[in-house]
Amino acid sequence: MAKLRIRKSNHAMNRSLGGDIGINTMLVIFGAFMFLPMLYAIIQSLKPLDELWVFPPRFWVVNPTLKNYTDLFKLMGTSWVPFSRYIFNTAFTSILGTFGNVLLSSLAAYALAKIKFPGRAFFFNIVVYSLMFNATVTTITNFITMSLLGWVDTYYAVIVPAFASSMGLYLMKQFMETSVPDSCLESARLDGAGEFRILWSIAMPMVKPAWMTLIIFSFQGLWNAGASLYIHSEELKSFAYAIGQILTGGIKRAGAGAASTVVMMLVPIAVFVISQSNVIETMSTSGMKD
Amino acid sequence: MSDKTATAKAKKPVGRNEMSKFQWTLREMRVNKAAYIMIAPFFILFFIFTVLPVLLSLFFSFTLFNMLEAPEFVFMDNYIRLLLEDDIFLLSVKNTVFFAAITGPCSYLMSLMFAWFINELTPKIRAVITLIFYAPSIAGNVYLIWTILFTSDSHGLVNGWLMEMGVISTPIAFFQDPDYIMPLVIVVALWTSLGTSFLSFIAGFQTVDRSLYEAAAVDGVKNRWQELWFVTLPYMRPQMMFGAILAITGAFGFGGIITGLVGFPSPDYCAHTMMHHLADYGNTRFEMGYASAIATLLFIMMIGCNAAIRKMLSKVGQ
Repeated sequence: MAKLRIRKSNHAMNRSLGGDIGINTMLVIFGAFMFLPMLYAIIQSLKPLDELWVFPPRFWVVNPTLKNYTDLFKLMGTSWVPFSRYIFNTAFTSILGTFGNVLLSSLAAYALAKIKFPGRAFFFNIVVYSLMFNATVTTITNFITMSLLGWVDTYYAVIVPAFASSMGLYLMKQFMETSVPDSCLESARLDGAGEFRILWSIAMPMVKPAWMTLIIFSFQGLWNAGASLYIHSEELKSFAYAIGQILTGGIKRAGAGAASTVVMMLVPIAVFVISQSNVIETMSTSGMKD
Repeated sequence: MSDKTATAKAKKPVGRNEMSKFQWTLREMRVNKAAYIMIAPFFILFFIFTVLPVLLSLFFSFTLFNMLEAPEFVFMDNYIRLLLEDDIFLLSVKNTVFFAAITGPCSYLMSLMFAWFINELTPKIRAVITLIFYAPSIAGNVYLIWTILFTSDSHGLVNGWLMEMGVISTPIAFFQDPDYIMPLVIVVALWTSLGTSFLSFIAGFQTVDRSLYEAAAVDGVKNRWQELWFVTLPYMRPQMMFGAILAITGAFGFGGIITGLVGFPSPDYCAHTMMHHLADYGNTRFEMGYASAIATLLFIMMIGCNAAIRKMLSKVGQ
């Protein structure tokens, strides 16, 4: 009897009704905790000014309007530095930084994953160690480095450090290790193909999910990058910074501020929606062997 | 070792035993020249912007340095000043530890638990719920919506509701009152904390070999908790290790969110963390030596935590 029940379905095995109810209740409660503030941000952006300041406050909007968004674009037109400049800065640094990060990480990851050379364990281990502390520790001394290089207040200060993101290399290396079979590489080597050629025409097409993931992570980081410590000129500041300035503009700008938050959040969310399956596939190899 | 010899033989028929270890290494390096060229661009930048800064801050932490004059060597003075004279620093250590000790484990357990819950749903619903839980961590400055939910006058949603229900008669200044700031900031930090490690767990649960569950059921695993502990988690140990590292780095890195929510400095320094202290001395006062000492201590704390957690995680499923 017991055996029969096991065979019946994978899911019914070891599952009690009580547990199912408990788990789904938790999911609903925490799902609401995660989702409602996001929803409230969107609702706020659709409220006309009088509803934003109504007492008692209401969660829902009664007369939804897009006026806050048009206000936001009008405000963008009045900024001291044209808003298109901020958008250009973010787009420029995001695209170049992401491109460099994917390129450099792929090169290094391929060598670390697929070529047995002296020192590969050492190089990989320092990357793993660098995941263990966060960038705040390095900001101070990097400021010194940047000023020595003469990069303070230039695009370089934002773009070049983004090239060498250890998370990108780590994910790419782990993914290459499991999803590019050695046999393919060996036969290409016997045919006389060089390592660069093999990386470009054999390995890279096989790790599409990984570079999609790197593109998304790198883009998310650069898109959300606000005021950089190394940038002082208004002309070089990012979109996230400029949007943040609108948000701190007080009561009169509350509507436009709410709209700006929604603009900021929709872009990375949309990018993630499109690429979710690639990201999850990449993460399946992200584990760390001890 | 054996496959190393095999590749080498394919390239050049010389056995490993005929050479000294040093000669062998040199030869392997020459044969694999391409590998060094491939890692060079990444690692040169990585050394300049990640490794060097750590070494430099260790060095500068023993000096007085204001970026205008040459650093002056003062040995342990910065550390002595930090630990014995700087009360605000000690407060920031207390806050950082308190904050990390709550957000780190909580965000880790939340990521793991919800990834596990989500795993049993159908793929379409799973994708939607994954998005809902993951979105706050990537959505820019949307966490500022919490300051609108908890606005300190009666226009704030929470104050409005509480007053309507008659719980309070005057609005509470949530983000100005030290009693409320820490708990609120922790809630918001947790709200944004289901990030990369959460995705890693979701992927990990999906890769567990289904036949293991059947085998476990035959072996007498009775409920989903036992299944989780004895089958799933040991299988996912690599993911858990990775997630733990991210949780720790994350737990020490919420400074930006705190500043966004309560401003800098926070009222009575009640949410002043080591990151704030570091930024204060490094970016505002340009006391680079002193800031480097803070950075070095922070670095040691993070690496120490990681070492401890790795040890703990190796016991899962035993």
